[in-house]
Amino acid sequence: MSGKLDKFCLVGAVFALLSLVFPLSGVDPETGKNVAFVSDLPGLASAMVACVVIGVFFTWSGVTSVLRGSIILLVVIYGAWQAIATLYDHGLAGYASYGFWMFIASLWALVWRGIDVIANYRTLDQGKQQTANIIVPLAFGIWLLFLWEVITAGFGVPQVLLPAPSMIGVRFVNSTGILWDDFRQTFLKAVLAGYVLGCGSGLLVAIAVDRVPFLKRGLLPLGNMVSALPIIGVAPIMVMWFGFDWQSKAAVIVIMTFFPMLVNTVSGLNAAGRLERDLMATYASGYWSTLFRLRLPAALPFIFNALKINSTLALIGAIVAEFFGTPIVGMGFRISTEVGRMNVDMVWAEIALAALAGTAFYGAVALAERKVTSWHPSFRVRRH
Amino acid sequence: MTLQAVVNNVAPMPASKDVVVDIQKMSLTFQTADGPVYALSDVDLTINRGDFVSFIGPSGCGKTTLLRVIADLERATAGDILINGVSPRQAREDRAYGYVFQAPALLPWRSIERNVTLPLEIMEISKEERVKRAHDALKLVELNGFEKKFPWQLSGGMQQRASIARALSFDADLLLMDEPFGALDEIVRDHLNEQLLKLWARTNKTVAFVTHSIPEAVFLSSKIVVMSPRPGRIIDVIETDFAKDRTLDIRETPEFLEVAHRVREGLRAGHSYDD
Ligand SMILES: Nc1ncnc2c1ncn2[C@@H]1O[C@H](COP(=O)(O)OP(=O)(O)OP(=O)(O)O)[C@@H](O)[C@H]1O
Ligand SMILES: [Mg+2]
Repeated sequence: MSGKLDKFCLVGAVFALLSLVFPLSGVDPETGKNVAFVSDLPGLASAMVACVVIGVFFTWSGVTSVLRGSIILLVVIYGAWQAIATLYDHGLAGYASYGFWMFIASLWALVWRGIDVIANYRTLDQGKQQTANIIVPLAFGIWLLFLWEVITAGFGVPQVLLPAPSMIGVRFVNSTGILWDDFRQTFLKAVLAGYVLGCGSGLLVAIAVDRVPFLKRGLLPLGNMVSALPIIGVAPIMVMWFGFDWQSKAAVIVIMTFFPMLVNTVSGLNAAGRLERDLMATYASGYWSTLFRLRLPAALPFIFNALKINSTLALIGAIVAEFFGTPIVGMGFRISTEVGRMNVDMVWAEIALAALAGTAFYGAVALAERKVTSWHPSFRVRRH
Repeated sequence: MTLQAVVNNVAPMPASKDVVVDIQKMSLTFQTADGPVYALSDVDLTINRGDFVSFIGPSGCGKTTLLRVIADLERATAGDILINGVSPRQAREDRAYGYVFQAPALLPWRSIERNVTLPLEIMEISKEERVKRAHDALKLVELNGFEKKFPWQLSGGMQQRASIARALSFDADLLLMDEPFGALDEIVRDHLNEQLLKLWARTNKTVAFVTHSIPEAVFLSSKIVVMSPRPGRIIDVIETDFAKDRTLDIRETPEFLEVAHRVREGLRAGHSYDD
C-alpha cells in the first residue's frame, strides 16, 4: 500500500454516490412526471451502490493487482448492463438526466483504472501476457461502443444523425446477404486486384528506376505530381476508360497505390549501407545477386511501409470510385444510394463492414511484416 | 623448445616469383569538400606468398585505405598495383581474397550460419558443402552452437568472430584483415591469434593484417609495416623470422622484445613528424 489515495477510484465513488442523489430522469412533457426513479429500479440501484463500495474500498487500499483490476471491470460490466436495461426497459431513452450521466461518469473513471492496471501488466508467461494484450484494446473498444449506445439513447439522438450501435448491429446481421455481395464486388474484386497490380508494378518500376539514373530524375517528380491528383477527378475518367464494373475501380486503386510503392522502394533500395555493399563487392557479387541478397532485404521495411499505406488507400479508393458509376452492387454504391433513401443504419452497416475489412487487411499486412522483417530493430526481442 | 628469432634490417626484397601484392609508387588522394586529403603517398610494398604482413600506425595513417586499395574497393590516384600479377579489379573478380572489415557487417536478416555461407552462395557452391564449410569455419572461431542465432543476439566480439568465419569460409589464398580482433578481450584475442597463426602455418595463406597492438603485430607477423600519417606512408618495414609454429611464450624472449622495441621506435618517429 502506497499511502496515497487512488484518484480514479475516488472520482468513481463520488460520482456513483451523487448518481444516487441526483434525479435519474427528466420530466415527460405529456404526463408532467419524472419517467423513472432509482428507488423503483433495484438493479440499477444495486449497481450504483456497488460502484460506491468498490470505489471507496480501492481508493484506500489501491488497485494493486490484476485481480483487483478485474473485479473493477466486472462491476463496471454489471453497471453498464443495468444502465442499458434502464434505458430500454424502463423508458429512460431520451429522458436521461444528471443522475444517469453521473453514473456513467463513475463507470468511466472505474473502467479507466481497471484497463490501466491490465495494460501495465507485465509477465514472462507468454499466454497470460497475450491475453492481457488482447483484453486491453477489446475492453477499450467495447467501452467506446457502450458510450456511443448510451449517449445516442440517453439523449434521444435522431436516428438519421447517428444511429445507436445496437441498431447498426441488427441491420448488419439482417443484411449479411447484401453485405457479402458488396464485399465481394468491392473488396475481393476491385481492391485486391488493384492493390496487387499497383503495388507489384510500383515495385518493379522502382527496381528499373533504380537501375537507370535518368528515369530517377524524370519519373520521381512526375510521380509526386500524379499522386497529388484528386481521386474524384480520376475516377470518372477511369469509368469511361474501363467501364462500370470493378475494373475501373481497380484502375483507380492502381493509380493511388503505384507511387507510394515506387517512392518507398526507391529509397529502400538505397538503405543498404556502404559497408554491406563493399562486402558484396569483395565477393564479386553481380547486380542481381546483390539485389536479391542485400538490397531488397534491406528495402523490406520500406516496402512494407508502402504496403500498409496502400492497404488503407486501396479501400478508400474503391469505395469513393464507386460513387461515379457502378453496377448495382458494391460498398460505395450502397452507401451513396442508402444515404439518398435516408436508410442511415444501412450506411453505417457498410461503414462497419469497411472498417472491419480495412482493419483485417491492414492487420494481415502488418502481421506479414512482423514475420518477414522480424530482424528489424523495431520488432526484435533479445532472447538467448 | 628453442626459438630462433632473428631480426633483419630492411634488406633488398628477395627476387621471388611468387609475389602476391606488388605496389609501386602508389598514392591516393581523397577529394573532399575541405580540399584534398592525402591518405597515402608514395607507397612501395611487396607481399610474397606465405607472408604474414602486419600494418601498424596511428589512427588515420591510411591502413584501412591501403587494404581497400588492395581489395579494389578504392582506386589509387597514382602508381602501379598488381595482385597475383593482375589488376586489383581482376583479382577481386577472381575472388582472390577474403576481407574482414573493421566492423562485423553481418546481414541482420540472416542467421549466423547463413551469414557465413553468404559468399559460398554467391560463388554457387552446393548446399551440403556450404553447411559443412560454415560449420568448420564457425568451429575455428569457436562459435559452434550459434549457427541459428541472429547477429543481434550475439555480443560485439562474437559478431566480429562470425565475420572472420565468413571470410575464412571460402578459403581464399589471401586474407585481408582490418583490425579483426580490435573488439575482443585479451584472452580471446590471444586465443584467436594462436588459431590464426596455426591456420597460416598449416595452409600457407598470405595475410595482410591491420592492428594497433605492437605485441600482436610482432607475435603474428613475418613482416611488420610501420606507417605514419599526413600524408600516409610507410616509414619502416621489419622482417622477423620466428618459427612458424611459435607459441605465445615467445613474447617473453629478448628477440621478441627487440622487435617490439624497434616497432615502437618507428611509431615514435612517425608521431614526432607532427610536432
Ligand atoms: N572516403 C573517404 N573520403 C575522404 N577521406 C577519407 C575517406 N576514407 C578515408 N579518408 C581519410 O584518409 C585517411 C586515412 O584513413 P584510414 O581509414 O585509411 O585510416 P586508418 O589508418 O585505417 O585509421 P584507423 O586506425 O583509425 O582505422 C584519414 O585521414 C581519413 O580521414
Ligand atoms: Mg582503419
